[in-house]
Amino acid sequence: MKEEIIIAGFGGQGVLSMGKILAYSGLMDDKEVTWFPSYGPEQRGGTANVTVILSDEKISSPVLDAYDIVIALNQQSLDKFAPKVKPGGILIYDTNGIHKVPQRDDIKIYPVNAMEATMELGNPKAYNMVVMGALLEAMPYKLPMENVVKGLKKSLPERHHKLIPLNEQAIEKGREMLPK
Amino acid sequence: MKGEVTLMKGNEAVAHAAIRYGCDGYFGYPITPQSEVLETLEALMPWETTGMVVLQAESEVAAINMVYGGAATGKAVMTSSSSPGISLKQEGISYIAAASLPALILNVMRGGPGLGTIQPSQADYFQATKGGGHGDYHLIVLAPASVQEMVDFVGLGFDLSFKYLTPAMILADGIVGQMMEKVVLPEQRPRRTDEEVKKQCPWAANGRTGLRKRNVVTSLELESAKMEVNNHRLQATYREIEKNETRWEEIDVEGADYLMIAFGSVARICDKARELAAEKGLKVGIVRPITLWPFPTEAINKAAQGKKGILVVELNAGQMIEDVRLAVHDNLPVEHFGRLGGIIPSPNEIVDALEEKLVNPKK
Repeated sequence: MKEEIIIAGFGGQGVLSMGKILAYSGLMDDKEVTWFPSYGPEQRGGTANVTVILSDEKISSPVLDAYDIVIALNQQSLDKFAPKVKPGGILIYDTNGIHKVPQRDDIKIYPVNAMEATMELGNPKAYNMVVMGALLEAMPYKLPMENVVKGLKKSLPERHHKLIPLNEQAIEKGREMLPK
Repeated sequence: MKGEVTLMKGNEAVAHAAIRYGCDGYFGYPITPQSEVLETLEALMPWETTGMVVLQAESEVAAINMVYGGAATGKAVMTSSSSPGISLKQEGISYIAAASLPALILNVMRGGPGLGTIQPSQADYFQATKGGGHGDYHLIVLAPASVQEMVDFVGLGFDLSFKYLTPAMILADGIVGQMMEKVVLPEQRPRRTDEEVKKQCPWAANGRTGLRKRNVVTSLELESAKMEVNNHRLQATYREIEKNETRWEEIDVEGADYLMIAFGSVARICDKARELAAEKGLKVGIVRPITLWPFPTEAINKAAQGKKGILVVELNAGQMIEDVRLAVHDNLPVEHFGRLGGIIPSPNEIVDALEEKLVNPKK
């Protein structure tokens, strides 16, 4: 098993922390993990992306040309990374604010309205966990939910542990966005 | 806590590793992309547990001179910075090397020259391995390629530094500093007691007791004849280090037609490139120097036997390639591929460079 994933969007959407929770969840499931952010003079509204690699074996490069799964949360990221999904790979994008949709028939494409789903939940901060739900549902590697919860516990500071049920709820909401 | 598996950034890992090694003091000044070292140490507050001193100095120059002072007393002390900050520390580093003191210096390289960028680079290879400061000296230079090696090289760097009384440098890049990986932290070691320090470092200026002669730690020797003796002593130590401490890693060297030689995180990008090249029927092996000084000259010479060519891949315009060329005596084509100023090459770019420069070179 090896999943090479990139999550890309605006700074402030929770891209880096979603990647972190995913990486911790993989760690809790005894996988090798690498989390490599685009770091720099970034700020809310700018672009941010993070590469997360989960694997049974030792991981080589944190820098990749192509990905098994791309999650794009704005038009800029979709334009940049949709061509970089490996043939047979998966593209998940948030339809909110997207005016140009990707045209590829060699990959699985899941347009989701994560923003709307988050609004239904009533807490905009849970946005990245709604997206995480879609990823967990679409990903061929089935990460057990109990290890995702352990991952959440590991990556969130203790004072935020009371929010874990909300995060679980958001992940569930995200899973439901995908076609059955 | 033995064998504790966790996930952290390379920079954070260095802070944890320093405390667990029993480091006595860290003196630093913030600069991207290594500020998490100081931040993590401040958050962990080791002065309340192991008694380790953590101090944000007023400048890089102050920090390295605090290291000089601490090292002169036999303490295990360190500093960290990134390229422009390391340039500021060079005078102090030369003094520490000249005074034969142990110390650990971490450079998380960013794009230069000048203030440059804050993105990853390996353009300080010359500075680290050829003596960034003045005079005939060397540092033991370790190049980590993973977060685990960031941890391991703190211990190794201190151990080698105390063994040879030569400062050690961990030459990392922004990738290793900023990425998070699974890491196993070592067990907490106690800091050495004053008695242990006195026993281990009889040369240290840590308070004269009894009838022992006064210890003087200095890099100054106005008498040339004596300074030449000092230099010969340093050189003898360097020959010992070259003999005993050269480290490298090889991947699929046997049976390969081409070699890629790279250090740090770039060696891992090359490893992915090696897989992609194999899909095209190209047999590529990798040699990753772990100690950049002493350089694995003989190992590279041996690995190059019977190969069709070597591609040296670095985040610079061609620095380590000079040492590779010296190692193989121009017996085969040695080409360079690098990206500059903070740009990281992708695995495909490296495969393209291999094909263009070595497999199908334009006549």
